Amino acid sequence: MTRRAYDIVIIGSGAGGGTVAQELSPLCQQGVRIAVLEKGPKLRNEEFTGRELEMAQALYEDGGAFLTAERTMTLAFGSTYGGSTAVYTGTSLLPPERILKRWNVPGLTLVDLEPRARKYMAENNVHFLEAQHINENNRLFVEGCRRLNYRVQQFPVNLKGCRGSGLCNLGCPNQAKQGTNRVQLPQAERNGVEVITRCEVLRISERALSVWVSPKPPAARGEPSAWEPGECSVEAKVIVVCGGAVNTPALLLRSGLGRRLPRLGQGFTCHPAFIMVAEHPRPISNFVGHPKSFYLDEFAESERFVLETCMYFPFTTAKAIAGFGQEHSRWMAAFPRLQMILVLACDEADAYNRVTIDGHGRPVIHYRFTPDVIRGLGAGAARSAKIFFAAGAVRAHMPLGRPTTIESRDAGRVDRIAQRAEFKPGKVPVSAAHLQGGCAMGSGSEDSVTDSYGRVHGIPWLFVADSSLFPNSLQINPYLTIMALADRAAEAIREQAHTLL
Amino acid sequence: MPARQDVSKPNSVTPPMTIPAPLRAVFHALVYTIVPGALNLSGPDWEGLDQLVDGTLCTRPPSQRRQLRLLLRLIQWLPVLRYGRSFTSLSPDKRAAFLSYLEDHRVQLIRCGFFAVRTLALLGYYGRPEAGREIGYAPDARGWEALG
Repeated sequence: MTRRAYDIVIIGSGAGGGTVAQELSPLCQQGVRIAVLEKGPKLRNEEFTGRELEMAQALYEDGGAFLTAERTMTLAFGSTYGGSTAVYTGTSLLPPERILKRWNVPGLTLVDLEPRARKYMAENNVHFLEAQHINENNRLFVEGCRRLNYRVQQFPVNLKGCRGSGLCNLGCPNQAKQGTNRVQLPQAERNGVEVITRCEVLRISERALSVWVSPKPPAARGEPSAWEPGECSVEAKVIVVCGGAVNTPALLLRSGLGRRLPRLGQGFTCHPAFIMVAEHPRPISNFVGHPKSFYLDEFAESERFVLETCMYFPFTTAKAIAGFGQEHSRWMAAFPRLQMILVLACDEADAYNRVTIDGHGRPVIHYRFTPDVIRGLGAGAARSAKIFFAAGAVRAHMPLGRPTTIESRDAGRVDRIAQRAEFKPGKVPVSAAHLQGGCAMGSGSEDSVTDSYGRVHGIPWLFVADSSLFPNSLQINPYLTIMALADRAAEAIREQAHTLL
Repeated sequence: MPARQDVSKPNSVTPPMTIPAPLRAVFHALVYTIVPGALNLSGPDWEGLDQLVDGTLCTRPPSQRRQLRLLLRLIQWLPVLRYGRSFTSLSPDKRAAFLSYLEDHRVQLIRCGFFAVRTLALLGYYGRPEAGREIGYAPDARGWEALG
């Protein structure tokens, strides 16, 4: 078995890992050895083809369809250089103060987090997309919301030189999206950090890791790992786990930390979501242009949902449209006329919803839809249908409706139809991409896994810096908040470098 | 730190074909029912569809592949109890009625099973670039510029 030694090892290269890597990278000038271990591959620029299945397999864990234990929801998260920042749409929102207050983590305030988040907004070119780059799919959402007097808002996005390929969720083929794969990781590497791809951490022990380096499969995309394939033992004085809300709790659980940290794996939330589609009488620009430019969150507290514009690819769309047969095909044939809205439920931490591991140490996500989530999805579907019709759609698809198609002549009956809606888990296509919790921040091991700097309770050399830190749902897109929290973790490590390293 | 559970190493070996030949006909009958347009597919189209499905299933754990085979067998033989014929021997209307029964079944596990095979059928059909072109999906990395 190969043996290696570093001062700091960062596990994962997404919003958390990429940020920590960059923020610690100046230490390399002082001789500190830092490695980022990333489970997924690093694709060359020309390998981002925009082809749906190819890119899903290459860039996402389980092709973007990681199943929950109940098999009623799929989870999408990146497994590549840059993690999920390589496959998100670049939406970058500041953490909401109301949520931070509700989290009630000692020492964690908006006053502290906001300047950190704004630093990354500047670094990653976060701005509002100019009006001429907004496609009709987004404009119709704005029109519909305004006619209904809803407070629609524009997403700040981290794009530079966006050409409007519409392929954000398959990895931008033009390198326009400024995720950690384009900004923080390259900077960290320039400063001397090593990034090792195809490198999965099997377990953590006392200041050491056991890892498995995969060979590049024949015909697979991406560069081979910088390390020889096979098992490897790595010593590290500091370990920062940034594998995301599925893999980080699972890694700590299979490393045997569950007994001393009873909250480990608890509090998993994910904004369960489904896609609403509607047909317009004429073709609209939908798959060209940035897909997610606007959102509506005024009902987050009162009705427990958020709406976002979205546009997906043929297979993902087909999966999202309920049913099958002629009616399903009719919807798909209307693709150039389709408007889409993503309905996200604002879920709350629930005792049942958690991360565990199976007999092989692999992550298992237990998730059941609480009555609040089901109500949120239903209310979001009804509001979406109203927005569609206010924008001029001729029919709308409601995945939990009976029937699932609402014609425009029935637009006035949307609420009544929604009341009859039936949410049957396993029938309604639900997925989630905002995975949070499992290593919650808090004051002690009785209520949490880490302190507000991501330091694992009782283990001064072990940190967490990703969305698993969230004690409860953030209710908005999480990336900027993850980066701000990762910035705090990096600061704590720098400040204690003299004792830790 | 306490002793840790052993973790299976990632499998780097590509598994064999995932849907055996006798069940392939059941799967194709499912695809016809879920996407009626599949009736117009040519032989090479079907090969492409099957390759996409196999390629996806190869990346899934062996337990999921076993469950899929079991599901396909159930879909083939359960209609005998209801209609006196196997799934592949049913008329298109009866096939659709049987699948609707599974889709809306009171047992969640059965609904989830149907959702899984439906997803695979849609993946095989709409994952083909030709299917995208047929429905008017024509992405281009040049984005707005490609519109002219």
